Amino acid sequence: MSGTLIIAETADGAVAPHSFELLAAGRALADQGGGAVSALVAGDESLAGSLFEHGADAVYLAPAGSLDPGYAEAGAGAALAAREAADADIVLMGQTSLGRDLGPLMAFGLNTAVAMDCVALALEGGRLRATRSCYGGNANAEVTWRGDVQVATLKLKAWDALAPDSDRSGEVTAIDATGDQRVRVVSTEAAESTGVRIEDAEVVVSGGRGLGDPSAFEMMEELAGLLGGATGASRAACDLGWYPPSQQVGLTGKTVTPNLYIAVAISGASQHMAGMSGSKNIVAINRDPDANMVQVSRFAIVEDYKKVVPALIEAIKALD
Amino acid sequence: MNIVVCVKQIPDPETPASQFAVDEAAKRVIPAQGIAPVVNPYDPQATEAALRLKDAAGEGKITVVSLGEDSARDAIKHALAMGADEGVLLSDPDFENIDNFQTAVALSRAIEKIGDVDLVLMGRASADWDMGVAPLGVAGQLGIPCVTIAKSMELDGETLTVERVLDDGFQKVEVDLPAVVSISNEFGEPRYPQLRQIMLAAKKTVQVWSADDLELEDDEAGEDNRWLALEALYIPQVESNVEIIEGDSPEEQARTLALKLREAKLI
Repeated sequence: MSGTLIIAETADGAVAPHSFELLAAGRALADQGGGAVSALVAGDESLAGSLFEHGADAVYLAPAGSLDPGYAEAGAGAALAAREAADADIVLMGQTSLGRDLGPLMAFGLNTAVAMDCVALALEGGRLRATRSCYGGNANAEVTWRGDVQVATLKLKAWDALAPDSDRSGEVTAIDATGDQRVRVVSTEAAESTGVRIEDAEVVVSGGRGLGDPSAFEMMEELAGLLGGATGASRAACDLGWYPPSQQVGLTGKTVTPNLYIAVAISGASQHMAGMSGSKNIVAINRDPDANMVQVSRFAIVEDYKKVVPALIEAIKALD
Repeated sequence: MNIVVCVKQIPDPETPASQFAVDEAAKRVIPAQGIAPVVNPYDPQATEAALRLKDAAGEGKITVVSLGEDSARDAIKHALAMGADEGVLLSDPDFENIDNFQTAVALSRAIEKIGDVDLVLMGRASADWDMGVAPLGVAGQLGIPCVTIAKSMELDGETLTVERVLDDGFQKVEVDLPAVVSISNEFGEPRYPQLRQIMLAAKKTVQVWSADDLELEDDEAGEDNRWLALEALYIPQVESNVEIIEGDSPEEQARTLALKLREAKLI
Protein backbone atom coordinates (compact mmCIF):
# COMPACT_ATOMS: atom_id res chain seq x y z
CA MET A 1 0.00 0.00 0.00
CA SER A 2 1.48 3.30 -1.03
CA GLY A 3 0.28 6.62 -2.28
CA THR A 4 -1.36 9.85 -1.24
CA LEU A 5 -5.01 10.81 -1.59
CA ILE A 6 -5.85 14.49 -1.36
CA ILE A 7 -9.41 15.69 -0.72
CA ALA A 8 -10.04 18.64 -3.04
CA GLU A 9 -12.82 21.14 -2.39
CA THR A 10 -14.66 23.42 -4.77
CA ALA A 11 -15.67 27.07 -4.68
CA ASP A 12 -17.90 28.78 -7.25
CA GLY A 13 -17.90 25.70 -9.49
CA ALA A 14 -14.11 25.38 -9.73
CA VAL A 15 -11.47 23.58 -7.69
CA ALA A 16 -10.65 25.72 -4.63
CA PRO A 17 -7.07 27.10 -4.73
CA HIS A 18 -6.01 25.43 -1.48
CA SER A 19 -6.58 22.04 -3.14
CA PHE A 20 -3.57 22.80 -5.37
CA GLU A 21 -1.49 23.34 -2.21
CA LEU A 22 -2.51 19.83 -1.10
CA LEU A 23 -1.38 18.48 -4.47
CA ALA A 24 1.98 20.24 -4.06
CA ALA A 25 2.36 18.59 -0.63
CA GLY A 26 1.44 15.24 -2.20
CA ARG A 27 3.96 15.69 -5.01
CA ALA A 28 6.70 16.57 -2.49
CA LEU A 29 5.95 13.28 -0.71
CA ALA A 30 5.97 11.44 -4.07
CA ASP A 31 9.47 12.85 -4.66
CA GLN A 32 10.51 11.22 -1.37
CA GLY A 33 9.09 7.85 -2.48
CA GLY A 34 5.52 8.40 -1.33
CA GLY A 35 3.89 6.91 -4.43
CA ALA A 36 1.17 8.19 -6.73
CA VAL A 37 -0.95 11.25 -5.87
CA SER A 38 -4.71 10.84 -6.28
CA ALA A 39 -7.32 13.53 -5.81
CA LEU A 40 -10.96 13.21 -4.78
CA VAL A 41 -13.31 15.99 -5.78
CA ALA A 42 -17.10 16.21 -5.67
CA GLY A 43 -18.71 17.19 -8.96
CA ASP A 44 -18.35 16.47 -12.66
CA GLU A 45 -15.44 15.60 -14.91
CA SER A 46 -14.75 19.23 -15.82
CA LEU A 47 -13.03 19.62 -12.45
CA ALA A 48 -10.42 16.93 -13.18
CA GLY A 49 -8.29 18.96 -15.62
CA SER A 50 -7.01 21.52 -13.16
CA LEU A 51 -6.24 18.77 -10.63
CA PHE A 52 -4.10 16.91 -13.18
CA GLU A 53 -2.38 20.15 -14.19
CA HIS A 54 -1.46 20.86 -10.57
CA GLY A 55 0.00 17.44 -9.81
CA ALA A 56 -2.67 14.71 -9.57
CA ASP A 57 -1.89 11.33 -11.16
CA ALA A 58 -5.49 10.11 -10.87
CA VAL A 59 -8.80 11.78 -10.08
CA TYR A 60 -11.82 10.32 -8.30
CA LEU A 61 -15.21 12.02 -8.65
CA ALA A 62 -17.65 11.93 -5.74
CA PRO A 63 -21.31 12.94 -6.07
CA ALA A 64 -21.71 16.72 -6.35
CA GLY A 65 -22.15 18.46 -2.99
CA SER A 66 -20.89 15.51 -0.94
CA LEU A 67 -17.74 17.40 0.07
CA ASP A 68 -19.36 20.74 0.88
CA PRO A 69 -18.97 22.20 4.39
CA GLY A 70 -21.46 20.54 6.73
CA TYR A 71 -21.59 17.33 4.68
CA ALA A 72 -18.62 15.58 6.26
CA GLU A 73 -20.64 12.46 7.08
CA ALA A 74 -21.62 12.03 3.42
CA GLY A 75 -18.12 13.02 2.34
CA ALA A 76 -16.43 10.54 4.66
CA GLY A 77 -18.24 7.70 2.88
CA ALA A 78 -16.95 8.91 -0.48
CA ALA A 79 -13.46 9.62 0.85
CA LEU A 80 -13.12 6.20 2.48
CA ALA A 81 -14.18 4.52 -0.79
CA ALA A 82 -11.72 6.64 -2.79
CA ARG A 83 -8.95 5.90 -0.29
CA GLU A 84 -9.54 2.20 -0.77
CA ALA A 85 -9.72 2.47 -4.56
CA ALA A 86 -6.50 4.52 -4.67
CA ASP A 87 -4.84 2.21 -2.14
CA ALA A 88 -3.47 5.32 -0.42
CA ASP A 89 -1.73 5.17 2.95
CA ILE A 90 -1.64 8.95 3.31
CA VAL A 91 -4.76 11.15 3.18
CA LEU A 92 -4.37 14.95 3.09
CA MET A 93 -7.03 17.63 3.24
CA GLY A 94 -7.25 21.32 4.06
CA GLN A 95 -7.82 22.71 7.57
CA THR A 96 -11.18 24.03 6.41
CA SER A 97 -14.76 23.84 7.67
CA LEU A 98 -15.02 20.51 5.85
CA GLY A 99 -11.56 19.20 6.76
CA ARG A 100 -11.99 19.90 10.48
CA ASP A 101 -14.86 17.36 10.50
CA LEU A 102 -13.81 15.05 7.68
CA GLY A 103 -10.27 14.43 8.96
CA PRO A 104 -11.36 12.99 12.31
CA LEU A 105 -14.33 11.13 10.76
CA MET A 106 -12.08 9.46 8.17
CA ALA A 107 -9.36 8.66 10.68
CA PHE A 108 -11.72 7.00 13.13
CA GLY A 109 -13.39 5.13 10.27
CA LEU A 110 -9.95 3.71 9.44
CA ASN A 111 -9.00 2.96 13.04
CA THR A 112 -6.19 5.47 12.93
CA ALA A 113 -5.38 9.00 14.09
CA VAL A 114 -5.46 12.42 12.46
CA ALA A 115 -2.98 15.28 12.81
CA MET A 116 -4.70 18.63 12.37
CA ASP A 117 -3.38 21.84 10.80
CA CYS A 118 0.05 20.51 9.82
CA VAL A 119 2.71 22.95 8.57
CA ALA A 120 5.33 20.46 7.35
CA LEU A 121 5.43 16.82 6.23
CA ALA A 122 8.31 14.42 5.73
CA LEU A 123 8.67 10.74 4.89
CA GLU A 124 10.95 8.65 7.09
CA GLY A 125 11.29 5.00 6.17
CA GLY A 126 8.15 5.31 4.09
CA ARG A 127 6.14 6.64 7.05
CA LEU A 128 4.79 10.14 7.47
CA ARG A 129 6.13 12.56 10.10
CA ALA A 130 4.13 15.77 10.47
CA THR A 131 4.91 19.07 12.17
CA ARG A 132 2.11 21.10 13.69
CA SER A 133 1.83 24.14 15.87
CA CYS A 134 0.42 23.80 19.40
CA TYR A 135 0.11 25.68 22.67
CA GLY A 136 -1.26 28.67 20.81
CA GLY A 137 1.72 28.73 18.46
CA ASN A 138 4.25 28.73 21.31
CA ALA A 139 5.46 25.23 20.45
CA ASN A 140 5.81 22.88 17.51
CA ALA A 141 5.03 19.19 17.81
CA GLU A 142 6.20 16.43 15.48
CA VAL A 143 3.95 13.39 15.29
CA THR A 144 3.80 9.96 13.67
CA TRP A 145 0.95 7.49 13.28
CA ARG A 146 0.58 4.01 14.79
CA GLY A 147 -2.20 2.97 12.42
CA ASP A 148 -1.58 1.96 8.81
CA VAL A 149 -3.28 4.97 7.21
CA GLN A 150 -2.01 8.45 8.06
CA VAL A 151 -4.63 11.21 7.89
CA ALA A 152 -3.65 14.87 8.15
CA THR A 153 -5.23 18.26 7.57
CA LEU A 154 -2.82 20.88 6.24
CA LYS A 155 -2.67 24.50 7.26
CA LEU A 156 -3.82 26.69 4.38
CA LYS A 157 -1.04 28.56 2.57
CA ALA A 158 1.70 26.51 4.24
CA TRP A 159 2.55 24.98 0.82
CA ASP A 160 2.90 26.79 -2.50
CA ALA A 161 0.85 25.35 -5.35
CA LEU A 162 2.87 24.05 -8.32
CA ALA A 163 2.72 25.93 -11.61
CA PRO A 164 0.07 24.27 -13.81
CA ASP A 165 1.43 21.83 -16.41
CA SER A 166 -1.12 21.40 -19.21
CA ASP A 167 0.68 18.26 -20.48
CA ARG A 168 -0.30 16.31 -17.39
CA SER A 169 -3.35 14.04 -17.50
CA GLY A 170 -4.64 10.80 -16.01
CA GLU A 171 -7.54 8.50 -15.38
CA VAL A 172 -10.86 9.71 -13.92
CA THR A 173 -12.92 7.26 -11.83
CA ALA A 174 -16.40 7.82 -10.40
CA ILE A 175 -17.03 7.01 -6.74
CA ASP A 176 -20.72 6.38 -6.09
CA ALA A 177 -20.51 5.90 -2.33
CA THR A 178 -21.49 8.52 0.22
CA GLY A 179 -21.91 8.17 3.97
CA ASP A 180 -25.11 8.36 6.01
CA GLN A 181 -25.66 12.10 6.55
CA ARG A 182 -27.41 12.43 9.91
CA VAL A 183 -26.73 16.15 10.30
CA ARG A 184 -29.28 17.95 8.10
CA VAL A 185 -28.08 21.18 6.52
CA VAL A 186 -30.92 23.73 6.52
CA SER A 187 -29.12 26.70 5.02
CA THR A 188 -25.65 28.06 4.36
CA GLU A 189 -24.97 31.76 4.09
CA ALA A 190 -21.81 33.54 3.09
CA ALA A 191 -20.46 36.13 5.48
CA GLU A 192 -21.06 39.69 4.40
CA SER A 193 -17.77 41.04 3.23
CA THR A 194 -17.01 44.19 1.44
CA GLY A 195 -14.20 44.33 -1.06
CA VAL A 196 -11.29 41.90 -1.28
CA ARG A 197 -11.41 38.44 0.35
CA ILE A 198 -8.95 38.56 3.22
CA GLU A 199 -7.27 35.25 2.22
CA ASP A 200 -6.58 36.60 -1.26
CA ALA A 201 -5.60 40.16 -0.34
CA GLU A 202 -2.09 41.40 -1.12
CA VAL A 203 -2.40 43.92 1.74
CA VAL A 204 -4.10 43.25 5.07
CA VAL A 205 -4.64 45.86 7.77
CA SER A 206 -5.61 44.29 11.10
CA GLY A 207 -6.69 45.78 14.39
CA GLY A 208 -6.70 44.27 17.86
CA ARG A 209 -8.14 44.82 21.30
CA GLY A 210 -5.54 47.54 21.76
CA LEU A 211 -7.65 49.78 19.48
CA GLY A 212 -9.82 50.25 22.57
CA ASP A 213 -12.89 51.08 20.54
CA PRO A 214 -14.84 49.21 17.82
CA SER A 215 -15.33 52.39 15.78
CA ALA A 216 -11.55 52.48 15.20
CA PHE A 217 -12.08 49.70 12.66
CA GLU A 218 -13.41 52.39 10.31
CA MET A 219 -9.89 53.80 10.30
CA MET A 220 -8.48 50.32 9.57
CA GLU A 221 -10.94 49.98 6.68
CA GLU A 222 -9.97 53.38 5.31
CA LEU A 223 -6.26 52.45 5.32
CA ALA A 224 -6.95 49.00 3.84
CA GLY A 225 -9.22 50.52 1.18
CA LEU A 226 -6.56 53.05 0.23
CA LEU A 227 -4.07 50.19 -0.32
CA GLY A 228 -6.56 47.95 -2.13
CA GLY A 229 -6.42 45.51 0.74
CA ALA A 230 -8.67 43.78 3.26
CA THR A 231 -9.33 44.47 6.93
CA GLY A 232 -8.70 41.83 9.58
CA ALA A 233 -8.98 41.56 13.33
CA SER A 234 -7.46 39.62 16.19
CA ARG A 235 -9.49 37.03 18.03
CA ALA A 236 -9.71 39.29 21.09
CA ALA A 237 -11.32 42.01 18.97
CA CYS A 238 -13.74 39.54 17.33
CA ASP A 239 -14.70 38.01 20.69
CA LEU A 240 -15.60 41.51 21.87
CA GLY A 241 -17.93 41.77 18.88
CA TRP A 242 -15.91 44.59 17.33
CA TYR A 243 -15.45 42.87 13.96
CA PRO A 244 -17.06 39.86 12.18
CA PRO A 245 -15.55 36.41 12.88
CA SER A 246 -15.09 35.83 9.14
CA GLN A 247 -12.35 38.50 9.24
CA GLN A 248 -10.54 36.99 12.21
CA VAL A 249 -6.86 36.28 11.57
CA GLY A 250 -5.25 33.59 13.69
CA LEU A 251 -5.28 30.01 14.80
CA THR A 252 -9.07 29.91 15.10
CA GLY A 253 -9.57 32.25 12.15
CA LYS A 254 -8.07 32.87 8.73
CA THR A 255 -4.52 32.23 7.62
CA VAL A 256 -3.24 35.09 5.50
CA THR A 257 0.07 35.47 3.67
CA PRO A 258 -0.16 38.92 2.08
CA ASN A 259 2.74 40.85 0.66
CA LEU A 260 2.13 43.50 3.33
CA TYR A 261 0.52 42.96 6.75
CA ILE A 262 -0.08 46.05 8.86
CA ALA A 263 -0.80 45.13 12.49
CA VAL A 264 -2.34 48.00 14.43
CA ALA A 265 -2.46 47.74 18.23
CA ILE A 266 -1.95 43.97 18.10
CA SER A 267 0.55 42.66 20.65
CA GLY A 268 1.24 39.50 18.70
CA ALA A 269 -0.10 36.68 20.87
CA SER A 270 0.90 33.33 19.42
CA GLN A 271 -2.75 32.69 18.60
CA HIS A 272 -2.72 35.62 16.17
CA MET A 273 0.80 35.02 14.86
CA ALA A 274 -0.23 31.54 13.75
CA GLY A 275 -2.55 33.14 11.20
CA MET A 276 -0.23 35.78 9.73
CA SER A 277 3.40 34.85 10.36
CA GLY A 278 3.69 33.78 6.72
CA SER A 279 3.15 37.40 5.60
CA LYS A 280 6.02 38.57 3.43
CA ASN A 281 6.36 42.01 5.06
CA ILE A 282 4.95 42.99 8.45
CA VAL A 283 4.49 46.53 9.72
CA ALA A 284 3.63 47.02 13.40
CA ILE A 285 2.04 50.12 14.85
CA ASN A 286 2.11 49.68 18.59
CA ARG A 287 2.86 51.68 21.72
CA ASP A 288 4.86 48.82 23.25
CA PRO A 289 8.39 48.45 21.78
CA ASP A 290 8.67 44.99 23.38
CA ALA A 291 5.45 43.72 21.79
CA ASN A 292 5.99 40.46 19.97
CA MET A 293 4.50 41.96 16.81
CA VAL A 294 7.13 44.73 16.82
CA GLN A 295 9.91 42.15 17.14
CA VAL A 296 8.80 40.11 14.11
CA SER A 297 8.03 43.08 11.87
CA ARG A 298 10.15 44.61 9.11
CA PHE A 299 9.12 48.19 9.98
CA ALA A 300 7.55 49.42 13.20
CA ILE A 301 6.32 52.71 14.59
CA VAL A 302 6.21 52.76 18.38
CA GLU A 303 3.48 55.29 19.03
CA ASP A 304 -0.25 55.63 19.69
CA TYR A 305 -2.09 54.37 16.61
CA LYS A 306 -4.63 57.19 16.94
CA LYS A 307 -1.86 59.61 16.00
CA VAL A 308 -0.06 57.42 13.48
CA VAL A 309 -2.81 55.85 11.35
CA PRO A 310 -4.54 59.11 10.27
CA ALA A 311 -1.10 60.57 9.49
CA LEU A 312 -0.18 57.45 7.53
CA ILE A 313 -3.40 57.70 5.52
CA GLU A 314 -2.54 61.32 4.64
CA ALA A 315 1.10 60.47 3.88
CA ILE A 316 0.09 57.64 1.51
CA LYS A 317 -2.44 59.91 -0.24
CA ALA A 318 0.34 62.51 -0.64
CA LEU A 319 2.60 59.98 -2.40
CA ASP A 320 0.55 59.94 -5.57
CA MET B 1 -33.00 16.11 29.69
CA ASN B 2 -29.52 14.85 30.56
CA ILE B 3 -26.61 16.94 29.32
CA VAL B 4 -22.94 16.11 29.73
CA VAL B 5 -20.41 18.93 29.42
CA CYS B 6 -16.76 17.91 28.94
CA VAL B 7 -14.19 20.38 30.28
CA LYS B 8 -10.41 20.42 30.43
CA GLN B 9 -7.81 22.07 32.63
CA ILE B 10 -4.86 23.36 30.55
CA PRO B 11 -1.74 25.54 30.94
CA ASP B 12 -2.82 29.19 30.63
CA PRO B 13 -2.83 29.89 26.85
CA GLU B 14 -2.10 33.55 27.67
CA THR B 15 1.28 32.53 29.10
CA PRO B 16 3.73 35.02 27.54
CA ALA B 17 6.16 33.43 25.09
CA SER B 18 9.02 34.60 27.36
CA GLN B 19 7.74 32.37 30.19
CA PHE B 20 6.75 29.44 28.01
CA ALA B 21 9.21 26.55 28.35
CA VAL B 22 9.41 23.01 27.03
CA ASP B 23 11.26 19.96 28.35
CA GLU B 24 12.33 18.65 24.96
CA ALA B 25 13.56 15.31 26.33
CA ALA B 26 10.30 14.57 28.12
CA LYS B 27 8.32 16.24 25.27
CA ARG B 28 6.26 18.17 27.81
CA VAL B 29 5.51 21.78 28.61
CA ILE B 30 7.14 22.97 31.83
CA PRO B 31 4.47 24.73 33.91
CA ALA B 32 5.30 28.45 34.07
CA GLN B 33 6.06 29.60 37.60
CA GLY B 34 3.27 31.60 39.18
CA ILE B 35 0.87 31.02 36.27
CA ALA B 36 -1.86 28.63 37.36
CA PRO B 37 -3.54 26.27 34.90
CA VAL B 38 -6.92 27.47 33.69
CA VAL B 39 -10.16 26.07 32.31
CA ASN B 40 -9.82 25.73 28.53
CA PRO B 41 -11.27 29.06 27.35
CA TYR B 42 -13.88 27.44 25.05
CA ASP B 43 -15.26 25.19 27.80
CA PRO B 44 -17.19 27.74 29.91
CA GLN B 45 -19.10 28.49 26.70
CA ALA B 46 -20.06 24.80 26.48
CA THR B 47 -21.27 24.98 30.09
CA GLU B 48 -23.13 28.19 29.27
CA ALA B 49 -24.78 26.47 26.31
CA ALA B 50 -25.92 23.63 28.57
CA LEU B 51 -27.31 26.05 31.17
CA ARG B 52 -29.24 28.00 28.54
CA LEU B 53 -30.86 24.78 27.25
CA LYS B 54 -31.71 23.71 30.80
CA ASP B 55 -33.14 27.14 31.57
CA ALA B 56 -35.25 27.09 28.40
CA ALA B 57 -36.53 23.56 29.09
CA GLY B 58 -37.22 24.30 32.74
CA GLU B 59 -35.73 20.95 33.70
CA GLY B 60 -32.69 18.79 33.16
CA LYS B 61 -29.47 17.67 34.71
CA ILE B 62 -26.00 18.80 33.72
CA THR B 63 -23.06 16.52 34.52
CA VAL B 64 -19.56 17.89 34.04
CA VAL B 65 -16.85 15.42 33.06
CA SER B 66 -13.14 16.15 32.97
CA LEU B 67 -10.21 13.88 32.23
CA GLY B 68 -7.03 14.99 33.90
CA GLU B 69 -4.93 15.20 36.98
CA ASP B 70 -6.34 16.19 40.36
CA SER B 71 -6.03 19.88 39.37
CA ALA B 72 -8.80 19.25 36.81
CA ARG B 73 -11.17 19.41 39.78
CA ASP B 74 -10.87 23.19 39.43
CA ALA B 75 -12.29 23.03 35.89
CA ILE B 76 -15.18 20.90 37.18
CA LYS B 77 -15.75 23.24 40.15
CA HIS B 78 -15.88 26.22 37.79
CA ALA B 79 -18.67 24.59 35.78
CA LEU B 80 -20.49 23.58 38.98
CA ALA B 81 -20.23 27.17 40.22
CA MET B 82 -21.75 28.34 36.93
CA GLY B 83 -24.74 26.08 37.70
CA ALA B 84 -23.98 22.54 36.53
CA ASP B 85 -25.31 19.83 38.83
CA GLU B 86 -22.71 17.10 39.26
CA GLY B 87 -19.11 16.38 38.38
CA VAL B 88 -17.05 13.36 37.35
CA LEU B 89 -13.26 13.38 37.28
CA LEU B 90 -11.61 10.74 35.12
CA SER B 91 -8.28 10.21 36.78
CA ASP B 92 -5.76 7.43 36.35
CA PRO B 93 -1.98 7.21 35.84
CA ASP B 94 -2.84 5.59 32.49
CA PHE B 95 -4.58 8.82 31.39
CA GLU B 96 -1.38 10.89 31.54
CA ASN B 97 -0.16 12.08 28.12
CA ILE B 98 -2.73 10.13 26.15
CA ASP B 99 -3.84 11.45 22.77
CA ASN B 100 -7.17 12.96 21.80
CA PHE B 101 -8.60 9.72 20.44
CA GLN B 102 -7.78 7.86 23.67
CA THR B 103 -9.34 10.78 25.55
CA ALA B 104 -12.46 10.48 23.39
CA VAL B 105 -12.70 6.76 24.19
CA ALA B 106 -12.43 7.39 27.94
CA LEU B 107 -14.96 10.26 27.82
CA SER B 108 -17.42 8.17 25.81
CA ARG B 109 -17.20 5.31 28.35
CA ALA B 110 -17.90 7.79 31.12
CA ILE B 111 -20.90 9.14 29.19
CA GLU B 112 -22.21 5.60 28.75
CA LYS B 113 -21.69 4.96 32.46
CA ILE B 114 -23.63 8.13 33.33
CA GLY B 115 -26.39 6.74 31.11
CA ASP B 116 -29.41 8.18 29.26
CA VAL B 117 -27.45 11.18 28.00
CA ASP B 118 -29.33 13.28 25.42
CA LEU B 119 -26.66 15.80 24.57
CA VAL B 120 -22.88 16.09 24.97
CA LEU B 121 -21.38 19.58 24.78
CA MET B 122 -17.67 20.39 24.48
CA GLY B 123 -15.54 23.40 23.60
CA ARG B 124 -14.59 23.59 19.90
CA ALA B 125 -11.00 22.63 20.73
CA SER B 126 -8.64 22.70 23.67
CA ALA B 127 -6.25 25.60 23.49
CA ASP B 128 -3.23 23.43 24.35
CA TRP B 129 -3.06 20.94 21.45
CA ASP B 130 -5.66 22.75 19.39
CA MET B 131 -6.92 19.81 17.37
CA GLY B 132 -10.71 19.95 17.85
CA VAL B 133 -10.88 16.20 17.32
CA ALA B 134 -12.29 14.95 20.63
CA PRO B 135 -15.96 15.94 19.96
CA LEU B 136 -16.00 13.90 16.74
CA GLY B 137 -14.18 11.07 18.51
CA VAL B 138 -16.71 10.96 21.36
CA ALA B 139 -19.61 11.01 18.85
CA GLY B 140 -17.97 8.26 16.82
CA GLN B 141 -17.51 6.08 19.91
CA LEU B 142 -21.12 6.63 20.98
CA GLY B 143 -22.42 6.10 17.43
CA ILE B 144 -24.22 9.46 17.40
CA PRO B 145 -23.86 12.53 15.13
CA CYS B 146 -21.62 15.51 15.88
CA VAL B 147 -22.11 19.18 15.01
CA THR B 148 -18.98 21.30 15.36
CA ILE B 149 -18.26 24.99 16.03
CA ALA B 150 -21.72 26.10 17.15
CA LYS B 151 -22.52 29.76 17.78
CA SER B 152 -26.14 29.23 18.89
CA MET B 153 -28.54 26.36 19.60
CA GLU B 154 -32.25 25.84 19.98
CA LEU B 155 -34.02 22.67 21.08
CA ASP B 156 -37.49 21.79 19.79
CA GLY B 157 -38.60 18.39 21.09
CA GLU B 158 -35.91 15.93 20.06
CA THR B 159 -34.54 18.14 17.29
CA LEU B 160 -31.66 20.49 17.92
CA THR B 161 -31.17 23.39 15.52
CA VAL B 162 -27.61 24.64 15.53
CA GLU B 163 -26.05 27.65 13.88
CA ARG B 164 -22.40 26.89 13.05
CA VAL B 165 -19.53 29.18 12.12
CA LEU B 166 -17.91 28.34 8.77
CA ASP B 167 -14.66 29.69 7.32
CA ASP B 168 -16.64 32.07 5.14
CA GLY B 169 -20.03 32.38 6.75
CA PHE B 170 -22.62 30.57 8.78
CA GLN B 171 -24.64 27.41 8.45
CA LYS B 172 -27.86 26.28 10.04
CA VAL B 173 -28.17 22.53 10.64
CA GLU B 174 -30.62 20.23 12.40
CA VAL B 175 -29.79 17.05 14.24
CA ASP B 176 -31.85 14.59 16.26
CA LEU B 177 -30.76 13.86 19.81
CA PRO B 178 -28.71 12.23 21.14
CA ALA B 179 -25.82 14.17 19.63
CA VAL B 180 -22.50 15.83 20.39
CA VAL B 181 -22.08 19.57 19.75
CA SER B 182 -18.84 21.54 20.01
CA ILE B 183 -19.26 25.17 21.04
CA SER B 184 -17.29 28.08 19.61
CA ASN B 185 -16.13 31.33 21.16
CA GLU B 186 -18.82 33.12 19.12
CA PHE B 187 -21.48 31.56 21.41
CA GLY B 188 -21.31 34.55 23.72
CA GLU B 189 -20.09 35.44 27.17
CA PRO B 190 -20.43 32.64 29.71
CA ARG B 191 -22.06 33.63 32.99
CA TYR B 192 -19.73 34.52 35.82
CA PRO B 193 -20.04 32.32 38.93
CA GLN B 194 -21.62 34.25 41.81
CA LEU B 195 -20.32 33.86 45.36
CA ARG B 196 -23.46 32.00 46.46
CA GLN B 197 -23.09 29.61 43.52
CA ILE B 198 -19.43 29.03 44.36
CA MET B 199 -20.43 28.10 47.92
CA LEU B 200 -23.20 25.80 46.66
CA ALA B 201 -20.78 24.21 44.21
CA ALA B 202 -18.53 23.17 47.08
CA LYS B 203 -21.34 20.88 48.29
CA LYS B 204 -21.96 19.28 44.89
CA THR B 205 -20.67 15.75 44.34
CA VAL B 206 -17.56 15.07 42.26
CA GLN B 207 -17.07 11.37 41.62
CA VAL B 208 -13.68 10.03 40.58
CA TRP B 209 -13.55 7.22 38.03
CA SER B 210 -10.43 5.27 37.04
CA ALA B 211 -9.64 3.36 33.83
CA ASP B 212 -10.95 0.23 35.57
CA ASP B 213 -14.20 1.96 36.53
CA LEU B 214 -14.66 2.75 32.82
CA GLU B 215 -13.84 -0.88 31.94
CA LEU B 216 -11.14 0.26 29.54
CA GLU B 217 -8.96 -2.47 28.05
CA ASP B 218 -5.23 -2.40 28.83
CA ASP B 219 -4.40 -1.24 25.31
CA GLU B 220 -6.96 1.59 25.24
CA ALA B 221 -5.32 3.96 27.73
CA GLY B 222 -1.65 4.56 28.50
CA GLU B 223 0.88 6.82 26.80
CA ASP B 224 2.43 3.81 25.01
CA ASN B 225 -0.87 3.15 23.24
CA ARG B 226 -1.27 6.57 21.65
CA TRP B 227 -2.61 6.47 18.10
CA LEU B 228 -0.69 9.64 17.28
CA ALA B 229 2.83 9.34 18.70
CA LEU B 230 4.50 12.55 19.88
CA GLU B 231 8.03 12.40 18.47
CA ALA B 232 9.25 15.90 19.36
CA LEU B 233 8.08 19.07 21.11
CA TYR B 234 10.07 22.32 20.86
CA ILE B 235 9.81 26.10 20.72
CA PRO B 236 10.18 27.41 17.14
CA GLN B 237 12.89 30.02 16.66
CA VAL B 238 11.94 33.53 15.54
CA GLU B 239 14.55 36.11 14.60
CA SER B 240 14.03 39.85 14.76
CA ASN B 241 15.22 42.27 12.06
CA VAL B 242 12.89 45.12 12.86
CA GLU B 243 13.60 48.67 11.73
CA ILE B 244 11.97 51.06 14.20
CA ILE B 245 10.86 54.20 12.32
CA GLU B 246 11.88 57.25 14.36
CA GLY B 247 10.79 60.86 13.91
CA ASP B 248 9.99 64.11 15.73
CA SER B 249 6.25 63.67 15.32
CA PRO B 250 3.79 60.92 14.41
CA GLU B 251 3.28 62.77 11.09
CA GLU B 252 6.99 62.56 10.29
CA GLN B 253 7.13 58.89 11.31
CA ALA B 254 4.10 58.20 9.11
CA ARG B 255 5.69 60.03 6.13
CA THR B 256 8.96 58.08 6.57
CA LEU B 257 7.07 54.80 6.75
CA ALA B 258 5.01 55.64 3.64
CA LEU B 259 8.23 56.44 1.72
CA LYS B 260 9.96 53.26 2.86
CA LEU B 261 6.94 51.17 1.88
CA ARG B 262 6.92 52.86 -1.53
CA GLU B 263 10.69 52.31 -1.97
CA ALA B 264 10.21 48.63 -1.14
CA LYS B 265 7.37 48.58 -3.72
CA LEU B 266 4.98 47.35 -1.04
CA ILE B 267 2.40 50.08 -1.74
